[in-house]
Amino acid sequence: MAETYNVNPTRMELKKMKTRYANARRGHKLLKDKRDGLMKQFLETVRQNKELREKVEASLQGVYGSLSIAGAVSGPAVLEESLMLPKTQGRLDVRYKNVMSVTVPEFTMEIMGKDGQDSYNYGLAFTSGELDASLASMSAILEDLVALAQSEKTVQMLAQEIEKTRRRVNALEYIMIPKYLATIKSIKMKLDENDRGNTTRLMKVKDMMIKAQLSAGKSDEDDEEVV
Amino acid sequence: MYKIGMIGERDSVIGYMALGFAVHEAEDADTAKVLLHKLAKNSEYAIIFIVENFAIALEEDIAKYKDVPTPAIICIPGKNGTTGYGLSQVKKAVERAVGADILFKE
Repeated sequence: MAETYNVNPTRMELKKMKTRYANARRGHKLLKDKRDGLMKQFLETVRQNKELREKVEASLQGVYGSLSIAGAVSGPAVLEESLMLPKTQGRLDVRYKNVMSVTVPEFTMEIMGKDGQDSYNYGLAFTSGELDASLASMSAILEDLVALAQSEKTVQMLAQEIEKTRRRVNALEYIMIPKYLATIKSIKMKLDENDRGNTTRLMKVKDMMIKAQLSAGKSDEDDEEVV
Repeated sequence: MYKIGMIGERDSVIGYMALGFAVHEAEDADTAKVLLHKLAKNSEYAIIFIVENFAIALEEDIAKYKDVPTPAIICIPGKNGTTGYGLSQVKKAVERAVGADILFKE
Protein backbone atom coordinates (compact mmCIF):
# COMPACT_ATOMS: atom_id res chain seq x y z
CA MET A 1 0.00 0.00 0.00
CA ALA A 2 1.15 3.48 -0.79
CA GLU A 3 2.39 5.72 1.93
CA THR A 4 -0.24 7.83 3.65
CA TYR A 5 -0.24 11.38 4.96
CA ASN A 6 0.08 11.63 8.69
CA VAL A 7 -3.35 12.94 9.70
CA ASN A 8 -5.86 12.19 12.41
CA PRO A 9 -8.60 9.79 11.34
CA THR A 10 -11.51 12.18 11.73
CA ARG A 11 -14.40 13.06 9.49
CA MET A 12 -13.02 16.57 9.18
CA GLU A 13 -9.70 15.30 7.82
CA LEU A 14 -11.50 12.89 5.52
CA LYS A 15 -13.43 15.76 3.99
CA LYS A 16 -10.25 17.81 3.59
CA MET A 17 -8.46 14.90 1.94
CA LYS A 18 -11.32 14.35 -0.47
CA THR A 19 -11.22 18.00 -1.59
CA ARG A 20 -7.46 17.84 -1.99
CA TYR A 21 -7.74 14.67 -4.00
CA ALA A 22 -10.30 16.29 -6.31
CA ASN A 23 -8.02 19.30 -6.76
CA ALA A 24 -5.02 17.10 -7.45
CA ARG A 25 -6.98 15.22 -10.10
CA ARG A 26 -8.00 18.43 -11.77
CA GLY A 27 -4.50 19.89 -11.60
CA HIS A 28 -3.08 16.71 -13.01
CA LYS A 29 -5.40 16.80 -16.00
CA LEU A 30 -4.67 20.48 -16.67
CA LEU A 31 -0.91 20.03 -16.40
CA LYS A 32 -1.04 17.01 -18.66
CA ASP A 33 -2.86 19.05 -21.28
CA LYS A 34 -0.32 21.83 -20.87
CA ARG A 35 2.52 19.38 -21.32
CA ASP A 36 1.00 18.00 -24.50
CA GLY A 37 0.42 21.48 -25.87
CA LEU A 38 3.97 22.54 -25.08
CA MET A 39 5.34 19.39 -26.62
CA LYS A 40 3.54 20.06 -29.87
CA GLN A 41 4.98 23.56 -30.04
CA PHE A 42 8.39 22.34 -29.01
CA LEU A 43 8.72 19.67 -31.65
CA GLU A 44 7.66 22.09 -34.33
CA THR A 45 10.21 24.69 -33.21
CA VAL A 46 12.99 22.22 -32.69
CA ARG A 47 12.65 20.86 -36.22
CA GLN A 48 12.75 24.36 -37.59
CA ASN A 49 15.72 25.11 -35.37
CA LYS A 50 17.64 22.12 -36.62
CA GLU A 51 17.09 23.03 -40.25
CA LEU A 52 18.06 26.65 -39.65
CA ARG A 53 21.20 25.72 -37.82
CA GLU A 54 22.33 23.35 -40.51
CA LYS A 55 21.69 26.01 -43.11
CA VAL A 56 23.47 28.77 -41.18
CA GLU A 57 26.46 26.61 -40.37
CA ALA A 58 26.81 25.60 -43.98
CA SER A 59 26.61 29.14 -45.31
CA LEU A 60 28.93 30.50 -42.62
CA GLN A 61 31.56 28.14 -43.90
CA GLY A 62 31.44 29.90 -47.26
CA VAL A 63 31.53 33.32 -45.65
CA TYR A 64 34.60 32.56 -43.57
CA GLY A 65 36.32 31.15 -46.60
CA SER A 66 35.78 34.21 -48.75
CA LEU A 67 36.59 36.54 -45.86
CA SER A 68 39.93 34.93 -45.25
CA ILE A 69 40.74 35.19 -48.93
CA ALA A 70 39.75 38.86 -48.85
CA GLY A 71 41.96 39.34 -45.80
CA ALA A 72 44.84 37.64 -47.54
CA VAL A 73 44.45 39.76 -50.64
CA SER A 74 44.12 43.18 -49.05
CA GLY A 75 45.80 42.67 -45.69
CA PRO A 76 44.20 42.59 -42.23
CA ALA A 77 44.51 46.31 -41.54
CA VAL A 78 42.66 47.27 -44.69
CA LEU A 79 40.11 44.59 -44.02
CA GLU A 80 39.34 45.88 -40.57
CA GLU A 81 39.30 49.45 -41.70
CA SER A 82 36.83 48.75 -44.43
CA LEU A 83 34.53 46.79 -42.18
CA MET A 84 34.62 49.15 -39.25
CA LEU A 85 31.79 51.51 -40.12
CA PRO A 86 28.82 49.71 -41.53
CA LYS A 87 26.62 51.77 -43.79
CA THR A 88 23.55 49.68 -43.31
CA GLN A 89 22.38 49.37 -39.78
CA GLY A 90 20.16 46.69 -38.48
CA ARG A 91 17.50 47.64 -36.02
CA LEU A 92 16.79 44.77 -33.73
CA ASP A 93 13.48 44.82 -31.94
CA VAL A 94 12.42 42.40 -29.29
CA ARG A 95 8.88 41.52 -28.47
CA TYR A 96 7.78 38.87 -26.07
CA LYS A 97 5.32 36.23 -27.02
CA ASN A 98 3.45 34.01 -24.64
CA VAL A 99 3.41 30.37 -25.65
CA MET A 100 1.37 28.37 -23.14
CA SER A 101 2.52 30.63 -20.30
CA VAL A 102 6.15 30.55 -21.41
CA THR A 103 7.60 33.89 -22.38
CA VAL A 104 9.65 33.60 -25.53
CA PRO A 105 11.36 36.45 -27.34
CA GLU A 106 10.53 37.41 -30.87
CA PHE A 107 13.29 39.20 -32.74
CA THR A 108 12.57 41.39 -35.70
CA MET A 109 15.39 42.81 -37.70
CA GLU A 110 14.86 45.87 -39.75
CA ILE A 111 17.62 46.84 -42.10
CA MET A 112 17.95 50.57 -42.36
CA GLY A 113 19.86 52.66 -44.82
CA LYS A 114 19.67 50.16 -47.61
CA ASP A 115 17.35 52.20 -49.85
CA GLY A 116 18.43 50.60 -53.05
CA GLN A 117 22.14 51.35 -52.67
CA ASP A 118 24.79 48.73 -52.25
CA SER A 119 25.75 47.80 -48.75
CA TYR A 120 29.49 48.32 -49.13
CA ASN A 121 30.70 50.68 -46.53
CA TYR A 122 34.03 51.41 -48.16
CA GLY A 123 35.36 52.87 -51.30
CA LEU A 124 36.15 50.33 -53.94
CA ALA A 125 39.61 51.69 -54.67
CA PHE A 126 41.59 49.97 -51.92
CA THR A 127 39.70 46.80 -51.40
CA SER A 128 39.43 43.63 -53.38
CA GLY A 129 36.50 42.12 -55.14
CA GLU A 130 36.65 39.15 -52.78
CA LEU A 131 35.61 41.37 -49.92
CA ASP A 132 32.54 42.54 -51.83
CA ALA A 133 31.53 38.97 -52.44
CA SER A 134 32.04 37.90 -48.86
CA LEU A 135 30.07 40.86 -47.54
CA ALA A 136 27.21 40.10 -49.90
CA SER A 137 27.02 36.53 -48.63
CA MET A 138 27.36 37.77 -45.08
CA SER A 139 24.42 40.13 -45.23
CA ALA A 140 22.42 37.37 -46.88
CA ILE A 141 22.62 35.24 -43.75
CA LEU A 142 21.85 38.05 -41.33
CA GLU A 143 18.17 37.27 -41.27
CA ASP A 144 18.85 33.60 -40.80
CA LEU A 145 21.15 34.35 -37.90
CA VAL A 146 18.45 36.35 -36.14
CA ALA A 147 15.85 33.67 -36.88
CA LEU A 148 18.25 31.07 -35.52
CA ALA A 149 18.69 33.04 -32.32
CA GLN A 150 14.95 33.30 -31.90
CA SER A 151 14.16 29.67 -32.52
CA GLU A 152 17.07 28.44 -30.44
CA LYS A 153 16.03 30.56 -27.48
CA THR A 154 12.44 29.40 -27.89
CA VAL A 155 13.61 25.80 -27.88
CA GLN A 156 15.58 26.37 -24.68
CA MET A 157 12.71 28.09 -22.91
CA LEU A 158 10.18 25.48 -23.97
CA ALA A 159 12.50 22.63 -23.00
CA GLN A 160 12.84 24.06 -19.52
CA GLU A 161 9.09 24.53 -19.12
CA ILE A 162 8.31 21.06 -20.44
CA GLU A 163 10.77 19.53 -18.02
CA LYS A 164 9.15 21.40 -15.14
CA THR A 165 5.64 20.48 -16.21
CA ARG A 166 6.59 16.85 -16.73
CA ARG A 167 7.98 16.64 -13.23
CA ARG A 168 4.83 18.16 -11.80
CA VAL A 169 2.59 15.79 -13.75
CA ASN A 170 4.61 12.80 -12.58
CA ALA A 171 4.68 13.99 -8.98
CA LEU A 172 0.91 14.33 -8.99
CA GLU A 173 0.31 11.10 -10.81
CA TYR A 174 2.70 8.81 -8.99
CA ILE A 175 3.13 10.38 -5.56
CA MET A 176 0.40 12.73 -4.48
CA ILE A 177 -2.72 11.13 -5.94
CA PRO A 178 -1.91 7.60 -4.68
CA LYS A 179 -1.02 9.06 -1.31
CA TYR A 180 -4.33 10.89 -1.08
CA LEU A 181 -6.22 7.77 -2.08
CA ALA A 182 -4.39 5.68 0.52
CA THR A 183 -5.04 8.29 3.20
CA ILE A 184 -8.73 8.48 2.36
CA LYS A 185 -8.96 4.71 2.47
CA SER A 186 -7.18 4.43 5.79
CA ILE A 187 -9.30 7.14 7.40
CA LYS A 188 -12.45 5.44 6.14
CA MET A 189 -11.34 2.10 7.54
CA LYS A 190 -10.51 3.62 10.92
CA LEU A 191 -13.87 5.40 11.06
CA ASP A 192 -15.70 2.22 10.07
CA GLU A 193 -13.78 0.28 12.69
CA ASN A 194 -14.76 2.86 15.31
CA ASP A 195 -18.37 2.56 14.19
CA ARG A 196 -18.29 -1.19 14.51
CA GLY A 197 -16.64 -0.90 17.90
CA ASN A 198 -19.35 1.48 18.99
CA THR A 199 -22.14 -0.77 17.78
CA THR A 200 -20.77 -3.83 19.53
CA ARG A 201 -20.27 -1.85 22.71
CA LEU A 202 -23.87 -0.63 22.58
CA MET A 203 -25.10 -4.15 21.96
CA LYS A 204 -23.04 -5.43 24.84
CA VAL A 205 -24.35 -2.68 27.14
CA LYS A 206 -27.88 -3.41 26.01
CA ASP A 207 -27.36 -7.09 26.73
CA MET A 208 -25.99 -6.30 30.17
CA MET A 209 -28.90 -3.98 30.92
CA ILE A 210 -31.44 -6.58 29.82
CA LYS A 211 -29.68 -9.20 31.89
CA ALA A 212 -29.64 -6.86 34.90
CA GLN A 213 -33.32 -6.08 34.49
CA LEU A 214 -34.19 -9.75 34.09
CA SER A 215 -32.28 -10.71 37.19
CA ALA A 216 -33.84 -7.79 39.09
CA GLY A 217 -37.32 -9.00 38.00
CA LYS A 218 -36.44 -12.51 39.11
CA SER A 219 -35.29 -11.42 42.55
CA ASP A 220 -38.52 -9.40 42.93
CA GLU A 221 -40.49 -12.55 42.19
CA ASP A 222 -38.41 -14.46 44.74
CA ASP A 223 -39.12 -11.78 47.34
CA GLU A 224 -42.85 -12.04 46.63
CA GLU A 225 -42.72 -15.83 47.06
CA VAL A 226 -41.06 -15.43 50.40
CA VAL A 227 -43.76 -13.05 51.47
CA MET B 1 16.49 49.16 -30.25
CA TYR B 2 18.67 46.35 -29.10
CA LYS B 3 22.18 45.31 -29.93
CA ILE B 4 23.56 42.07 -31.17
CA GLY B 5 26.78 41.09 -29.47
CA MET B 6 29.47 38.92 -30.93
CA ILE B 7 32.23 37.25 -28.95
CA GLY B 8 35.07 35.37 -30.53
CA GLU B 9 38.65 35.48 -31.66
CA ARG B 10 39.55 38.22 -34.06
CA ASP B 11 39.66 36.27 -37.29
CA SER B 12 36.27 34.71 -36.73
CA VAL B 13 34.34 37.78 -35.72
CA ILE B 14 35.77 40.56 -37.84
CA GLY B 15 33.32 39.99 -40.67
CA TYR B 16 30.37 40.60 -38.38
CA MET B 17 31.38 44.20 -38.00
CA ALA B 18 29.96 44.79 -41.44
CA LEU B 19 26.57 43.58 -40.26
CA GLY B 20 26.52 46.15 -37.50
CA PHE B 21 27.08 43.67 -34.69
CA ALA B 22 28.83 44.87 -31.56
CA VAL B 23 31.96 42.82 -32.01
CA HIS B 24 34.06 41.97 -28.96
CA GLU B 25 37.32 40.23 -29.49
CA ALA B 26 38.55 37.69 -27.02
CA GLU B 27 41.87 35.91 -27.19
CA ASP B 28 41.08 33.14 -24.77
CA ALA B 29 38.23 31.62 -22.83
CA ASP B 30 38.90 33.72 -19.73
CA THR B 31 38.49 37.04 -21.50
CA ALA B 32 35.49 35.60 -23.30
CA LYS B 33 33.99 34.69 -19.94
CA VAL B 34 34.35 38.20 -18.59
CA LEU B 35 32.92 39.62 -21.80
CA LEU B 36 30.03 37.20 -21.81
CA HIS B 37 28.90 38.15 -18.33
CA LYS B 38 29.37 41.81 -19.05
CA LEU B 39 27.22 41.65 -22.17
CA ALA B 40 24.61 39.36 -20.65
CA LYS B 41 24.11 41.72 -17.71
CA ASN B 42 23.74 44.64 -20.06
CA SER B 43 20.09 44.72 -21.04
CA GLU B 44 20.89 46.41 -24.34
CA TYR B 45 22.00 43.11 -25.79
CA ALA B 46 19.17 40.88 -26.91
CA ILE B 47 21.27 38.39 -28.81
CA ILE B 48 24.83 37.37 -28.06
CA PHE B 49 26.59 35.17 -30.55
CA ILE B 50 29.58 33.31 -29.27
CA VAL B 51 32.07 31.32 -31.24
CA GLU B 52 31.85 27.59 -30.69
CA ASN B 53 35.24 26.94 -29.12
CA PHE B 54 34.51 29.52 -26.40
CA ALA B 55 30.96 28.25 -26.01
CA ILE B 56 32.33 24.81 -25.23
CA ALA B 57 34.68 26.21 -22.61
CA LEU B 58 31.98 28.42 -21.07
CA GLU B 59 29.15 25.91 -21.11
CA GLU B 60 28.32 26.41 -17.45
CA ASP B 61 28.30 30.18 -17.72
CA ILE B 62 26.02 30.05 -20.73
CA ALA B 63 23.66 27.65 -18.98
CA LYS B 64 22.99 30.35 -16.39
CA TYR B 65 21.22 32.43 -19.00
CA LYS B 66 19.31 29.58 -20.57
CA ASP B 67 16.09 30.08 -18.67
CA VAL B 68 15.58 33.80 -19.19
CA PRO B 69 14.00 35.18 -22.38
CA THR B 70 16.82 37.61 -23.15
CA PRO B 71 19.69 37.61 -23.87
CA ALA B 72 19.68 34.69 -26.25
CA ILE B 73 23.19 33.28 -26.19
CA ILE B 74 23.74 31.37 -29.38
CA CYS B 75 26.88 29.61 -30.45
CA ILE B 76 27.96 29.73 -34.06
CA PRO B 77 30.90 28.07 -35.72
CA GLY B 78 34.16 29.99 -35.87
CA LYS B 79 36.59 30.20 -38.72
CA ASN B 80 37.79 26.65 -38.16
CA GLY B 81 34.45 25.23 -39.10
CA THR B 82 31.71 23.62 -37.13
CA THR B 83 32.37 21.06 -34.46
CA GLY B 84 28.76 19.99 -34.25
CA TYR B 85 28.50 21.57 -30.83
CA GLY B 86 25.54 23.75 -31.83
CA LEU B 87 23.51 20.81 -33.01
CA SER B 88 24.45 18.84 -29.94
CA GLN B 89 22.94 21.62 -27.85
CA VAL B 90 19.67 21.31 -29.74
CA LYS B 91 19.83 17.60 -29.16
CA LYS B 92 20.36 18.22 -25.47
CA ALA B 93 17.31 20.45 -25.33
CA VAL B 94 15.24 17.68 -26.90
CA GLU B 95 16.54 15.21 -24.35
CA ARG B 96 15.75 17.61 -21.56
CA ALA B 97 12.18 18.10 -22.72
CA VAL B 98 11.19 14.70 -24.01
CA GLY B 99 13.44 12.52 -21.92
CA ALA B 100 14.83 10.80 -25.00
CA ASP B 101 16.34 11.88 -28.24
CA ILE B 102 13.58 11.50 -30.78
CA LEU B 103 14.82 13.88 -33.41
CA PHE B 104 18.39 13.01 -34.18
CA LYS B 105 18.51 9.28 -33.95
CA GLU B 106 19.53 7.77 -37.20
